[in-house]
Amino acid sequence: MRSALQRAISGVRWYVRELMDESAYDRYVAHVRRNHPDAEVPNRRDFERMRTDRQEADPRQGFRCC
Amino acid sequence: MRTANVRTIVVWTLVALVGAAGWSVLALARGENVSAAWMVAAALGSYAIAYRFYAKFIVYKVLKVDGTRATPAERLDNGIDYHPTDRRVLLGHHFAAIAGAGPLVGPVLAAQMGYLPGTIWIVVGVIFAGAVQDMVVLFFSTRRDGKSLGQMAREEIGPFGGAAALLATFAIMIILLGVLALVVVNALASSPWGTFSIGMTIPIALLMGFYLRVLRPGRVSEVSLIGVALLLLALVAGRWVAESSWAGTFTLAPSTLVIWLVGYGFVASILPVWTLLAPRDYLSTFMKIGTIALLAIGVVVALPALKMPAVTDFAKHGNGPVFAGSLFPFVFITIACGALSGFHSLISSGTTPKMIQKETQIRMIGYGAMLMESSVAVMALVAASIIDPGLYFAMNAPSGAIGTTVQNASQVVSSWGYHISPADLAQAAKNVDEASLLSRTGGAPTLAVGVSEIFSKVTGGSLRAFWYHFAIMFEALFILTALDAGTRVGRFMLQDMLGNVYRPFKNVSWKPGLALTSAIVCALWGYFLWVGVHEPLGGINQLFPIFGISNQLLAAVALAVCTTLLVKSGRLKWAWITGIPLAWDATVTLTASWQKAFSSDPKVGFFKQRSVFQDAIDAGKVLPPAKSMDDMHTVVTNSTVDGVLSAILAVLVVVVIADALRVCVRHIRRPALSTLSETPYVESNIVAPAGLIPTREEKEEATRDAVGAPAGD
Repeated sequence: MRSALQRAISGVRWYVRELMDESAYDRYVAHVRRNHPDAEVPNRRDFERMRTDRQEADPRQGFRCC
Repeated sequence: MRTANVRTIVVWTLVALVGAAGWSVLALARGENVSAAWMVAAALGSYAIAYRFYAKFIVYKVLKVDGTRATPAERLDNGIDYHPTDRRVLLGHHFAAIAGAGPLVGPVLAAQMGYLPGTIWIVVGVIFAGAVQDMVVLFFSTRRDGKSLGQMAREEIGPFGGAAALLATFAIMIILLGVLALVVVNALASSPWGTFSIGMTIPIALLMGFYLRVLRPGRVSEVSLIGVALLLLALVAGRWVAESSWAGTFTLAPSTLVIWLVGYGFVASILPVWTLLAPRDYLSTFMKIGTIALLAIGVVVALPALKMPAVTDFAKHGNGPVFAGSLFPFVFITIACGALSGFHSLISSGTTPKMIQKETQIRMIGYGAMLMESSVAVMALVAASIIDPGLYFAMNAPSGAIGTTVQNASQVVSSWGYHISPADLAQAAKNVDEASLLSRTGGAPTLAVGVSEIFSKVTGGSLRAFWYHFAIMFEALFILTALDAGTRVGRFMLQDMLGNVYRPFKNVSWKPGLALTSAIVCALWGYFLWVGVHEPLGGINQLFPIFGISNQLLAAVALAVCTTLLVKSGRLKWAWITGIPLAWDATVTLTASWQKAFSSDPKVGFFKQRSVFQDAIDAGKVLPPAKSMDDMHTVVTNSTVDGVLSAILAVLVVVVIADALRVCVRHIRRPALSTLSETPYVESNIVAPAGLIPTREEKEEATRDAVGAPAGD
């Protein structure tokens, strides 16, 4: 049984990772493994580069309002 | 629908009573200082009732969201931009995307009319207009694979209305960037502390970018923590710099700051995203959520008293120094973000719909996040209303009106009925380690004084100067991120438009096109910034109304698209849900643009202002507040540009609304002619709760299916 404090800490950690999109790579790997089992999975470095390149190509993604 | 039980009835009656008590005290108390607690009670009580009843009614009776229908995130899941996201995470994402400097600035300026008009508009506006707009746009975009507002306007209204909407969006973006940059310039001018700490955010962001790109890709949380720590260090170091021999290097005149800012905007927008934009964005998200949470706690713990009158004389006579014009329509355009903000429709269509798990969650994400932004606006209004009204007016009136010495300012402000001594004005500046607080227009410095007042109540008076510069840094950080991101979006739109004329522009990575379009966008907003800084009549005074008008006109476009879609999708009897806010918003904004262009009061109407100053030039006279013939010519040029701009924006929006109306009438007469581009129904396999806290039924459903449960539960 985990204590309430441990649960709270892991909850906060989960939330921050999700909110800042730090979990994007893990999510993408899971997605590729599940839906395209034969496809190659990029390493983290290449994946993060691809993500910023996509933002470069269409800056409306991740636009911030006033 | 279950029948209400006794507990529910009791709880909601209590909530209603709390809200009603808040409103009664705010509206009826006279002659004594009211506690900010009442404002908080009025706002929160009203939000809770609106969320529980009105938003629920719209979601289930009008939009008829379908929990069994798969969202774009589920159908098109690609693990990158389309992916079903936990509702609590998406709420944070969406909130961080919509809330920025806007809800912090507008309410501060509107406080010149007293706290009551602003509070009423923020709360009523968000409930019936702003949050409804965000949610309905989110709904329709979700039903269309996350299409943008512009695409929806083109497909559902027509190419003509669509083009007008696109052009209006571009113009609005430019004005927005110019005015936001002006807020930063006014906050940093002659402030070595502020300038140093904001300047340091650039190397900090570069370092973070390098770390994420080369050292440890994707470790966003750790790099953000390092960034925040360095940021706080830069803030503390700012004081040392301000007290050292380097102070002169960082004491910059407004016109120097303009050049730096435009140069920065250009370079930042052509650099790769990973160098500056992405790390800065992480930093500002962290700071945004952290500071807003701190501010909410501070307001609730300190519960300061409101010193501003409920309604000032400026509201009755329309002759306020912060911005000219009467309560109607100008309070309703000065406070845009927080009550109704057209810009949100660009977030609600586009990014968020690609991530939402269930249609049933649009109430929590669309309506809920906007209520949160509205509460930020209420906090900003609290911060502006707790400082001494004399200080408020001395900080927000242009120097043309109050002069440049504390004696002069004290005299003028006292003649308006708000007594403050020269010594108090000097002391207020000294408290926050600034040379002067006179005419620090733009809202950011006033908010920072209010915030430092609240925070130093909690942490002890000695940290006042630190909190002031903390608040300045926090706002400037958002705005610089918005400048970078906004320049890129503006450039993207321009590349798209120019691509129709000269093909290579369509290729967004074609370097010459990239540099040229970035330069055009920066030059355009830089022009407004330059004008704002050199405006003898006060840049914020002249430009902020145009900013408000343009934001509200974009809201009119969004509401027109929503209303058309409600009519075309067979919801004619509910079209008033967005139709009434549209009618109100159109009335307010068109009246405001009409008055800004054609009013016979030279303080309000740009063309009248132009002719008054032109006549004086012809007669060889210099009219105050202009000091020279050059100033006179500046006023004439600026008022011409501003007047023409107000008129053009209004015409564009009238075109969109008229075109939307045409489509609605055609649909009612001959429904067979209409096409509706909604994506066909696909059944959803995801099980997820609709609201923040799962109901008992939702929990049972989740354990039965045991799929799609997020981690951490």
